[in-house]
Amino acid sequence: MSTPDPRTVVAAVLLCLAGIAAAADAAPRLGRPVSPEQAARWDLSVFPDGRGLPPGRGSAIEGAVLFDRHCAACHGAGGRGASAEELAGGSEPLTSATPDKTIGLYWPYATTIFDFTRRAKPMGAPGSLGADEVYALTAWLLFANGVIGERDEMNAMTLPRVRMPNRDGFIGIDARLPR
Amino acid sequence: MGRERDALRPVAGNGLLHRRALLTRGLVLASASAAVAAPAAEPAVPGDPSPPWMRTPGKPFSIYGQPSKHEQQVIRRISGNRLLPGNGVSLTPLEELEGFITPTGLHFERHHNGVPDIDPALHRLLIHGRVKRALSFGVEDLLRYPLRSQLIFLECGGNSNAGWHPEPIQRPPGSVHGLVSCSEWTGVPLSLLLDEAGVDREAGWCIAEGADAFAMNVSLPVAKLMDDAIVALYQNGERLRPEHGYPLRLIVPGWEGVLNVKWLRRLQLTEQPAMARNETAKYTELLPDGKARQFSFVMEAKSLITSPSHGQRLRGPGYFEIRGLAWSGRGRVRKVEVSADGGRSWATAALQDPVLPKCMTRFRAAWQWDGRPVVLQSRAIDETGHVQPTRAALVAQRGINGYFHYNAIVSWAIDEDGAVTHVYA
Repeated sequence: MSTPDPRTVVAAVLLCLAGIAAAADAAPRLGRPVSPEQAARWDLSVFPDGRGLPPGRGSAIEGAVLFDRHCAACHGAGGRGASAEELAGGSEPLTSATPDKTIGLYWPYATTIFDFTRRAKPMGAPGSLGADEVYALTAWLLFANGVIGERDEMNAMTLPRVRMPNRDGFIGIDARLPR
Repeated sequence: MGRERDALRPVAGNGLLHRRALLTRGLVLASASAAVAAPAAEPAVPGDPSPPWMRTPGKPFSIYGQPSKHEQQVIRRISGNRLLPGNGVSLTPLEELEGFITPTGLHFERHHNGVPDIDPALHRLLIHGRVKRALSFGVEDLLRYPLRSQLIFLECGGNSNAGWHPEPIQRPPGSVHGLVSCSEWTGVPLSLLLDEAGVDREAGWCIAEGADAFAMNVSLPVAKLMDDAIVALYQNGERLRPEHGYPLRLIVPGWEGVLNVKWLRRLQLTEQPAMARNETAKYTELLPDGKARQFSFVMEAKSLITSPSHGQRLRGPGYFEIRGLAWSGRGRVRKVEVSADGGRSWATAALQDPVLPKCMTRFRAAWQWDGRPVVLQSRAIDETGHVQPTRAALVAQRGINGYFHYNAIVSWAIDEDGAVTHVYA
C-alpha cells in the first residue's frame, strides 16, 4: 500500500474547495451595468416622503378641467362614480355598514394619487399626462375630497406634506408598517 | 376483509365512509348497491360495436393540440369592465377539472389594463435603487441562469369575495372561487439576481413593476424575495403566455396573486414601501372598527368541494366520490376534513399525492348518500395548524366589508332531488 504524495492531497483539497466556490457562484453574472441617469429614466416610483416627484405644479382649478376631459367618463361627474369607482363625495364613514372607500375617507397617502395617475391614467393613453397635469389632477382629487383648498398648489414640496385623514387607519399583517 | 368491511361503516354523519373505502372501490360499489334500494334497472346500452371513427382514418397531426370539440364548454368565465374590456378577470372552471394542475389556457387572469404584446428582444429587467450595482438583464441573459421549478397555486386576493355577500351566490364554484389556479413555474431564483446587484443592508423593501399599460406596481419585503421568489420564464413547461406575464413574471409562492407581477420590468430596492394604489386603496381589508388590514400577503388555508357542487345534480342515492381542492400559502395541506351534516361531524379525506407546499392538493372522500337532504362541507388544515374558518367565524372577525382574503368553508346543500345549491351553514 503506497502513501499518497502530500502534494497530491493538498491539490485535491484545493480542487474541491474551488468546486464548492464555483457552485456557490454558479450564476453567469450577465447583468449589464446601468448608470444612475439611465435608471432614473425608467423610474416611475413616487414614495410617501416625496422621493420620485418631478418638478412641476398644479392646483384644483386646472385639475377640474382635466378631470372632466380625461376621467369623468368612467369615474362620473365630480368623481362620484360610474362604470369606475367613486373617488370623491363619500359620506359613509369606514365604520358604517356600507362604507365609502373614497380617496378622502380611505387612502392613507396623497403621494399615491400622483404615482398612480402618472403611471396608469387615463386608461386609454397611460403615461400621456405631463407633470403639471398630474399635479393638477392630484390637487383636484384632494380638493374634491375636502383635504386641501381649491387654490392650494401641489408640487414636489407640498404634496408629501398633505396628511390624509385616514393616514393611521391601517394595520400591517405580514409586514410592519413604516412609522 | 375486516378492514375493508370497516371501510364501509360510516365514520361521520349522513354516510361519509372511511377514506380506506376509496382503495376498495369495487367492493364498496358492490356492497353499496346491496345496501341501498337498487334503482330501477335500465336496459343495457351496448353501443355501436363498429362506430364511424373506427371505419375511416382519423385526422393528421396538429402543431399545437386543442381540447376535444365535445369539451368546448370548458372555458374561463370572463368578467370585465363594460367600458374597458382589458380591466377585469377571467375565472378557472374548477368544477370541470381534475387533478391539481390547471391547464395553462384555463389559468385565471386578472388584468388591470389589458395584455401587453411584448417583444422579448426589447424587454429588459432593471434592478436598481439601494444596490451596489444597478443592473439590466435581457430575456436571453436570464435564460442562461440556473433555473428552478416549483408547483404552486396562485390565488387572487379577491378570490371568493362573493362570500361576503349577505345571501349565498348561486353560481358554479369556478365562477365564484375560480381566481385560483395551479401551475409549474420555472425561472431564475431572484436571490441570484439580487446577489449579483448587491442589495444594501438598509433595503428592506423592493418595488416590483410590470410593463403593461398600468405599469402595475407593488412593494415586497426583500426577505421574501431572497427566500423563494422566482423570475419565471416558463409555465407548465412552455414559455409564459402573454396573459400570464410573457416574457417575465415575478412568482412569490403562497402570496396573493397581485404580488406575482406579470411582464416584470423593474425591481427597485428601497428602505420603505411605495404605498402604491394596489397596496393601499385596493388589496387591503377594511374591518368593522374602521381599521384596515394592509400587507396581508399570505393566502391562508382554504378548500372547496368541486364535486358535487352548484349546478350539478345527483341522479339518485348511492355511492359518490366527493372531490375537491385544498391549498395554503403557509406550506403543505396537512389534512382535509369533509362533512355531510353541515359541520356537526367530520371525516378525514384522502389526499392525492403529491402533497406539496404552497401547491394545490386534490382531496377525495367516499360517500354513501341515502337520498335525504344533506349539507356538504370541506375544511383544510395546513402544516402550521391553521384551520380554515367557518363563514360565521370569519365574518365575526372581519365583518363583511373586507372584500379580499375570503377563505371560509363553502357549503353545498343537496335536496331530495339531488339538486346542489350554495348555502351558508
